[in-house]
Amino acid sequence: MSANTLIDELWTQDFYRSVEIFVPELILSATIVLLLLSRIMGCDKKVLPCWTAVGGVLLSFAAVFGQFLYLKTGGNSSTPPVQTLFELTRLSEDGVGTIGTYFSGLLVHDHFATLYRMGLLLFLLLVITLTVLTGIPDDEDGPDFYVLICGSTLGMLLATGVNHLLMLFVAIEMMSLPSYVLVGFLKGRKVSSEAALKYVVYGAGSAGVMLYGISLLSGLLGSGVISELGGRFAFLMQDQAFSLGSSETITLVLGIIMVLVGVAFKLSLVPFHFWAPDAFEGASAEVGGFLSVASKAAAFALLIRFVMGFDGTAPVLQSLSRFIGIGLGVMAVISMTFGNLAAYTQTNMKRLLAYSTIAHAGYMLLAISALLVTLNAPSNSELNATQEAVHCVEGLTYYLAVYLFMNLTAFAVVALVRNQTFSEDLSAYRGLFSGGPTIKVLCVCLAISFFSLVGMPPFGGFTAKLFIFLSAFKAGSVHWIMWALVGLGGLNTAFSLYFYLKVLKTVFMDSPAEGQPAVDAPPLVGWYVLILSLPIVILGASPLQDDLSRIAEFAAESLFR
Amino acid sequence: MSDAALLSLTIFTPTIFAVLLMAFDKKAEEGMRVFALIGTVCTFLLSLVMWGRFNSAEAGYQMMVSAPWITNWNIDYRLGVDGISLPLVLLTGLVSTLAAVASWSIKEKIRGYLILFLMLETGMMGVFLSLDFFLFYVFWEVMLLPMYFLIGVWGGPRREYAALKFFLYTLVGSVLMLIAMLMFYFDSSKLAGGKGVFSLIQLTEYARTGGFSQTNQLIAFILLFIGFAIKLPSFPFHTWLPDAHVEAPTPISMILAGVLLKMGGYGIIRIAMPLCPWATQYAAWYLVALGVFSILYGAFAAMAQTDFKRMVAYSSVSHMGYVLIGLAVWKIDETGATVRPDHWLMGMQGGMYQMLAHGISSAGMFFMVGVIYDRVHHRDLNKFGGLMQRMPWYSGVAVGIFFAGLGLPGLCGFIGEAFVVLSMWNFNPTLAILAASGVILTAGYILWTIQRVYFGPEYKGPHGEDLVDMNGRESSVAVSLLALAIVFGIMPSIMLDVMNPTTEALTQSLSDGYDNSSKAAAPQVSLK
Repeated sequence: MSANTLIDELWTQDFYRSVEIFVPELILSATIVLLLLSRIMGCDKKVLPCWTAVGGVLLSFAAVFGQFLYLKTGGNSSTPPVQTLFELTRLSEDGVGTIGTYFSGLLVHDHFATLYRMGLLLFLLLVITLTVLTGIPDDEDGPDFYVLICGSTLGMLLATGVNHLLMLFVAIEMMSLPSYVLVGFLKGRKVSSEAALKYVVYGAGSAGVMLYGISLLSGLLGSGVISELGGRFAFLMQDQAFSLGSSETITLVLGIIMVLVGVAFKLSLVPFHFWAPDAFEGASAEVGGFLSVASKAAAFALLIRFVMGFDGTAPVLQSLSRFIGIGLGVMAVISMTFGNLAAYTQTNMKRLLAYSTIAHAGYMLLAISALLVTLNAPSNSELNATQEAVHCVEGLTYYLAVYLFMNLTAFAVVALVRNQTFSEDLSAYRGLFSGGPTIKVLCVCLAISFFSLVGMPPFGGFTAKLFIFLSAFKAGSVHWIMWALVGLGGLNTAFSLYFYLKVLKTVFMDSPAEGQPAVDAPPLVGWYVLILSLPIVILGASPLQDDLSRIAEFAAESLFR
Repeated sequence: MSDAALLSLTIFTPTIFAVLLMAFDKKAEEGMRVFALIGTVCTFLLSLVMWGRFNSAEAGYQMMVSAPWITNWNIDYRLGVDGISLPLVLLTGLVSTLAAVASWSIKEKIRGYLILFLMLETGMMGVFLSLDFFLFYVFWEVMLLPMYFLIGVWGGPRREYAALKFFLYTLVGSVLMLIAMLMFYFDSSKLAGGKGVFSLIQLTEYARTGGFSQTNQLIAFILLFIGFAIKLPSFPFHTWLPDAHVEAPTPISMILAGVLLKMGGYGIIRIAMPLCPWATQYAAWYLVALGVFSILYGAFAAMAQTDFKRMVAYSSVSHMGYVLIGLAVWKIDETGATVRPDHWLMGMQGGMYQMLAHGISSAGMFFMVGVIYDRVHHRDLNKFGGLMQRMPWYSGVAVGIFFAGLGLPGLCGFIGEAFVVLSMWNFNPTLAILAASGVILTAGYILWTIQRVYFGPEYKGPHGEDLVDMNGRESSVAVSLLALAIVFGIMPSIMLDVMNPTTEALTQSLSDGYDNSSKAAAPQVSLK
């Protein structure tokens, strides 16, 4: 396809539809431009950059929310405000209402992508609110900070809908580059700069590996469109069975592994996690919270897109996918075990949370492993493969939704406590519960978040973990190793208890150090954290769990059409 | 009030009161205590209403409530009560109320204490009333969180160690239960066609008709049994118990011994046995032997203690051994038919009665230890003596309660132990003789303790000047427990009548389940 025809197609065929779908991203881009301009014009003293950012993100969220509602209701909502929203955002059946690729096949639009975009923008909104409350960044650096954080989110939005290897690379780089700067944002702190440098070097290395993998894949298969990769490989192999002896297969597997290295770096999976503890310790807690949730959610969406590219009915594809699935499962268990054990000796809260996110990436990766194994069950299996695969993605989505709130609560408490005690060390948390009423609220919310991270009912973390374990357990009927992995995953829950409890013990049971003044925080902060932790309880013990699980199922189903 | 409202309110009334406690002023400690007590009393009254509506002549679940919760995974909000759970619900309501009265001895951070205490009661009620495996698990863990803090914040000197040990042990047990839950969900998805099942009623029915393979039953039973044996506690999973008991404040010790230990037994009888009938029979001999060993081990260990509370804690290990034996005395002949099912039925009733009796007597014993600890601030058995002269009223009631723990005929402890030992004779006379000798050891350590603490010429230990007799609040708790111990001792039919039809149905369904599992497995064996 020559460039001319490409441009012609772009203008004639799906340009208007593409733009209609792309509106939230465009709004976010406009916000970024506005933030930069306001700096040049000097308007950032009159309208604080955080409010510009909040406004832009809100608009963007409203746009994507409208899209999701449109898809959910099929464009015919009986409630007047929703209908007005549809009309205001000019959603149409041919545009947003039609799922499929856009921008000449570079990106794909479906329920799954829309839901993830919505989640990411909601999360961005919550993080920006947190930064307003904690006062990082100061007014001087405001525009830079919000430009970076919005830019990184823009890359994440792209990542949820990638349909081309090129886009995959662009999306990963786009979310990574601003985050390198964000990690080093606390200028003048040595740890911060060191962390940023480590992050950059590591990121650049893994990007290089990934790019090489991409070139191998597209060179071997003659296409970069992810959804075509599987079909082409099946065509290439004809009736050959899957064996690592054949040169095509080994090249393909090598290419896939190299791409997975790039994704695993974003997910901070063992053994590509080395940057995480340092970067999290160096970065401010707000940035840590942002990186730990948002980039993970986006990378998981991207990973699903990538591995689903090799979905197909040819036996060779099924063996390949099972092979990748089991490999990912083993990696998942190694990640959670390592993360949980390494967290034992940590005394810095952000470092501890970094190891905790490594472990949680492991739990979530187990869902993708289960997805690949169940989806490619041999035809004689009793499983209803597609339905079970939907449940795997549903479980992952549920987990991410809960994870968004529980991890952000933890990081928010760390940031807010830092503002009072000027320390992120565990020793500064001794007897924190004996502080003022707002600090008490923060402590209780921290406990809720931590127990949810352990996976204790009645908090959302338990339900989410159970969904993933159930899916993985079912995958055990395809390959027994999944049962072993679930068993180890369960054991890891008990491992992880100790270090979370160590923090809670320090907060609730130790007496404060001698001469340490009782601290308190502004009441507004308490309300913020309370609202943030409320969904953890709601998603663990309320009828709304049904709604979220149905929405997640609705989104997941669109992947398997 | 509809059944749904009655059962849900029984579970959630304490939570509602806990939330309302937030509205109290910080200084209104007395008001908060009274308010929390009202909450527990209301819950107890609701459980009495439940008893009033319960039809004792009928086997199976009554007042069932069912509402879809997470439909994608077939998880329901499903409650119900039967002859096995009703006595334990009543026990929970009662012990919680008495523990709330005993909570006046807690002096600091009172609001946090009461909120956690009430949440704990919600968890306990929920465990006994839920009929959905998922819901059961949720409540099971809900109980764990407040307990951790109640021991860890308001406990004795080594409270952090004890709380962590308790939490880790129980969580490991829970994880094993979780894996068993996954197994049943997965197995039942084949039987139900499509989605798996969490409903315990449905799962029991599948198990009765031989739906689960023998291997899976055995694996699941081992996982579930370890999970519940930790709570029961049975040797060798009991080591958390003495630490937790010694460090926990008195009211929490009462709840721990009075209700939480019963959850182990309840889990076995409600989940492990009905869902794995074949494995239960397969493991029966080991379970009984383990029970006998627990009785003897617990009794010897109790005899060796010098800490009053630790002694009572080990006596719990010993007493819960009877529960395990009673449930497991299931003997079959070569054809697989149950030998003398009436004996097994008696054992099962004895085991369940033992749970109730122990709930009353051990809560009483811990309370009595707490009363004396509040005065002299030590628990060293060798430094006591002569309390009968200084505190005659307290000592009299205490001796009565200790006799109930000993199993003196006419008091509650006797019925359960007698039933269990009698039913064991049919199972295995040697083990029966060993278990019966446990009764002598029990008498030994309890009488020796009474002698060391209450008799003797005079009290020589520290803080002798503080020895004043029980006040009205303490007397009310002690006397209620003693009165119940006597009532349950002379009129066991109050509770046995409630249990009878359900236990009979249970033994029948277990026998059927064993037959069907054997039949289902038989053709496969012949093919090989």
